Amino acid sequence: MKAIYILCLRQLKRYVRSPARIIGSLGQPILFLVALGFGFRSMFARAGGGNYINFLSPGIVSMAILFNAVFSGIEIIWDRQFGFLKETLVAPVSRTEIVLGRMLGGAIVAMAQGIIVLVICVIAGFRIQSSILLPLAVVFMFLIALLFAGIGTVFGSVLQDMQGFPLIINFIIMPIFFFSGAIFSANGLPRVMRIGLQLNPLSYGVDGLRGACSTVFAYGLTTDLAVVTVLTALLLGIGSYFFSKIQL
Amino acid sequence: MNEMIVVQDLVKNYGEFCAVNHVSFSVPEGVIFGFLGPNGAGKTTTIKMLTTVLDPTSGTIRVNGHDPTREQKQVRQSFGIVFQDPSLDDELTAYENMDLHGVLYGVPRAERHQRIDMLVEFVGLAERKKDLVKTYSGGMKRRLEVARALLHRPRILCLDEPTIGLDPQTRNHIWGHIQQLSKDEGVTVFFTTHYMDEADRVASDVAVIDHGKIVSHGSPADLKQRTNCSNLEDAFIALTGHAIREEEANATDRMRMMGRAWRGSGRR
Ligand SMILES: Nc1ncnc2c1ncn2[C@@H]1O[C@H](COP(=O)(O)OP(=O)(O)OP(=O)(O)O)[C@@H](O)[C@H]1O
Ligand SMILES: [Mg+2]
Repeated sequence: MKAIYILCLRQLKRYVRSPARIIGSLGQPILFLVALGFGFRSMFARAGGGNYINFLSPGIVSMAILFNAVFSGIEIIWDRQFGFLKETLVAPVSRTEIVLGRMLGGAIVAMAQGIIVLVICVIAGFRIQSSILLPLAVVFMFLIALLFAGIGTVFGSVLQDMQGFPLIINFIIMPIFFFSGAIFSANGLPRVMRIGLQLNPLSYGVDGLRGACSTVFAYGLTTDLAVVTVLTALLLGIGSYFFSKIQL
Repeated sequence: MNEMIVVQDLVKNYGEFCAVNHVSFSVPEGVIFGFLGPNGAGKTTTIKMLTTVLDPTSGTIRVNGHDPTREQKQVRQSFGIVFQDPSLDDELTAYENMDLHGVLYGVPRAERHQRIDMLVEFVGLAERKKDLVKTYSGGMKRRLEVARALLHRPRILCLDEPTIGLDPQTRNHIWGHIQQLSKDEGVTVFFTTHYMDEADRVASDVAVIDHGKIVSHGSPADLKQRTNCSNLEDAFIALTGHAIREEEANATDRMRMMGRAWRGSGRR
């Protein structure tokens, strides 16, 4: 337990000590918020979709969490290259504890970034409909963060170096983001794409978060919560498994 | 005497390439054992297998009576290690690096703080202990790694070229302390080095490994006598030859391996 705590704390310390990274990783979500949010606002309203900023903001928050969480997992590769990974792998604690500490720390960092983005969205005009559901929003943010920290951990454990990084971002993470309903709704999509969206774990996270902010869930609160919780538990398990197989 | 490290018929293959080739040796408790060999001989690979981070291809290992492939926790609790390559978190302070280590090894808080203070003092970093490690010089980082390996009072010290980058003063200071630990507390030391004078001075037992095979084993005096040399450096060269180890053989091996992998997948 202490091992989980100290490794989680390490992630948090590294996070607060690198303002460049905090600010740097805000760039992408802000860009999407401004470009899409203001670019499509009138078109969305004219098409009868309502307030686009209100629709888009949970998606942008999810995006920030998605990228930061996956990145925290991929950081294993950095730790391998800079050598610190060895120090944890020879310590007399189970690999499960080590990786849980890492994933928890990564998830908290990702969530912190998500909350900063949420605040920026509110400044840009995002209105949360119900403050009663706000804790639920936090729950969804945390689950998304853990889920993708788990996925990132799989990549970080399997890859030996950063060569594969663009591959993962462009062919896995970007598609997960674009086809999650973060920037457009599933309504009126071609059937194939709608099924694609339904197979994407992030769809349920985005919908849960959006529902908690707007009180309207597309897939239903229970479905969202159940899917995300089960997948998070699964990914924590899979991430731990791959991490435990690391050899130096 | 109690054998702290026993290695029998240890083999490690990387694909077709054999990095450690049927190696056997043992290290009794309290002995300072020098594991010598030219670049690429298989020293670090052996240490990785002893320290549970790499599974052997075949052979058996006992560290403090435990098998590193099955009883990882007991083995890990037994040793402290200085890796050949850097292993600190640069974004943490020296103190935080030490503290994290202490927590991972279950050193109780009060003892942890007291030992950290004692050890950073010992390696001359007391003044800088609150600084981020990324602001340290190479030698200072090395000193911190040595201090960290001692923190949890391990029964065995695995030191992979612990003195690279250290000035003669620090080198003597640290070896003095380690020799004391071995004498007073029976700590077993397994180390590698490329400084033959260092090995001659501190090791009571040495093994010379070349191309993954042990070519000679005994006290430094034995080795000198066997090779008719007056110092260990000459003995080392007499045993392992003058040729500089090129990585070329390896690079081509790897190319060959890759080629095979490609062709293999092409056929499928
Ligand atoms: N992951 C790996 N994949 C393939 N070959 C490897 C790998 N790690 C090490 N080797 C090869 O195994 C051999 C032994 O390497 P090792 O690191 O054990 O040498 P060493 O004795 O520690 O040398 P040095 O004195 O240079 O540190 C080398 O030829 C090296 O190229
Ligand atoms: Mg080596």
